[in-house]
Order: sequence, then C-alpha cells, then structure tokens
Amino acid sequence: MKFAVIITLKKDVLDPQGKVIEQTLQNMGINSLKNLRQGKYIEIELNESDEKKAKSAIENMCKKLLVNLIIEQYKIIKI
Amino acid sequence: MNSSVIVFPGSNCDRDIATALTKLQFKNKMVWHKDNELPKSDLIVIPGGFSYGDYLRSGAIAAKSNILNEVIKAANSGCLILGICNGFQILIETGLLKGALLRNKDLKFISKDVYLKVTNNNNKFCKNYKKNNIIRLNIAHNEGNYFTQKDHLKELEDKELIPFKYCNKNGLINDSTNPNGSINNIAGILNNGKNILGMMPHPERMIDNLISNTDGIGLFTSILN
Repeated sequence: MKFAVIITLKKDVLDPQGKVIEQTLQNMGINSLKNLRQGKYIEIELNESDEKKAKSAIENMCKKLLVNLIIEQYKIIKI
Repeated sequence: MNSSVIVFPGSNCDRDIATALTKLQFKNKMVWHKDNELPKSDLIVIPGGFSYGDYLRSGAIAAKSNILNEVIKAANSGCLILGICNGFQILIETGLLKGALLRNKDLKFISKDVYLKVTNNNNKFCKNYKKNNIIRLNIAHNEGNYFTQKDHLKELEDKELIPFKYCNKNGLINDSTNPNGSINNIAGILNNGKNILGMMPHPERMIDNLISNTDGIGLFTSILN
C-alpha cells in the first residue's frame, strides 16, 4: 500500500523560501497569484493490506521523525 | 573534568571543540554516533557541522541515533550538555530543548563574527562572565532563526534561561543587531534544569588570540569551576 505525506509549514510560521518563489512568479508576470507556501513531499510504500493499520503506521512515522510538529503540519494521502 | 564529544557523519567542528576542551584541561573522549555507551562524562558536547547532510531537517536524523538515547538519559540525570550550532539543532530535535530553529530570515548562510550580550550568568555555563558582558563569537549557520511559542518565550525570559542575545558592540539589542531573525535576538537557551545549553555561536573558535580572540574561554572555565 502506497501513501504520500505532504508536509508544510504551519500558517503562522514564516516561509521565506515560499515568499521568494511567490515573488519570482509575480515578477514573471503571473498577476493572479494570491498566496504560495512550499513544503515537502514524501512517498511511502508499506507491507500492509489493512488501510487503517497502514495509516496509523504512517501517522506514527510523521510524529516520530518526518514532521516537526512545532512548526510543520502534514497530510496523508493514499495513492 | 571528563568531557565527551559526540561525532556524526557530517560533524565538522568536533576537532575544534576537542582542541578547545583539551587546551582548557578537560579529559576529553570522542564518541561515535553508533556507540551504545557513553564514557564517564561531566560534560557532553554535541558539536557543529552538517550531521547527515542536514537531510529532512537540520539535526533530525542525528537526534534518532543510538548514542543520543544515552545522551538523553545522561541529560535527564543532570549531566551538563552543550550543543553548539548543529548541536543546538540536534538538541531541539530530541526535545531536550524546546522551540525550533528556522531558516535565517534573509535565506542566506551567515558566517561572521557577531557581538553577544551575556544576558544571564546565573548558570553553570556562564558564571565566569559578568552579567551584560559583551563578547564576540563566530556564527556559521543557515538555520539559526530561533522560534518558540509565546508562553515558552515568557518562561525563557522570566526564568533567566537565555544566556546570550545578539547585540552590537555597544550592547544594543534590536532588529538591526539581529543577524538571523531569532525571536527576541536569542542566540542560545537553557532548559529548565539549566544543565543543557544550546547555542548557535561557536565559543570553541574563540579560545586563542592567534586566530581570533579569547571570548569563548569563559564558557569553558565556568564549566570547570
């Protein structure tokens, strides 16, 4: 079973890298751009057929290593 | 006094700190990250560098290494722990120190000498400095922008857990004298028990007038006494 984890900085945490990307796109003439935040994408494949168990294993990985919960938030998506 | 320096793949200030400790009469041992046992230590130093190439987040992988379990046990039983630069980032990732170290506000790697004010000397790492002493140490980092929640920040200020703040040569502490965007110009913090110090500046680089200055010596002599 395969999952994607998307990690982004929390709303209140400054994302300077995202700001630079945003400004560059605006400088390129993309006027409709309203807001941009950047983050990390991690693909994880598990030897587990029970979706609930698999998701809880991924949650555990996020909390223990993949995500710094003080500054980051995450989403788990089955792919 | 016995000290141990923990070495990870990617550590690059381990020899500097070992030289400083030995020069100042510590009996120092180097400890590899895969080891499961710590030598008898009064002080454990987690040195600067780029452990594991800063993969995932600075310090995140090193914080899960074998030897860190032993460092955490030692820390919880009162052993003095000093984390410098990447060592500070590792201590944050273990949870021994609270908060987070974000990318520098201007997105640049900063390598330069900065002025620091010794804002609190009522701890084992700074007692040989006078309160409000201004010292000059080197910083060299990309993620040194300290951030923490409001209530923790208040606790740090109220309980005198901030030994160093960035300032200018006259001791002025404000945004213009803040190199990396750290909240309240924080350059280093202590845990509640005051036995764990994490700091971004490098005191081990300032122990000899031949190459820099001797402003870092006070930190090591404080520990010795």
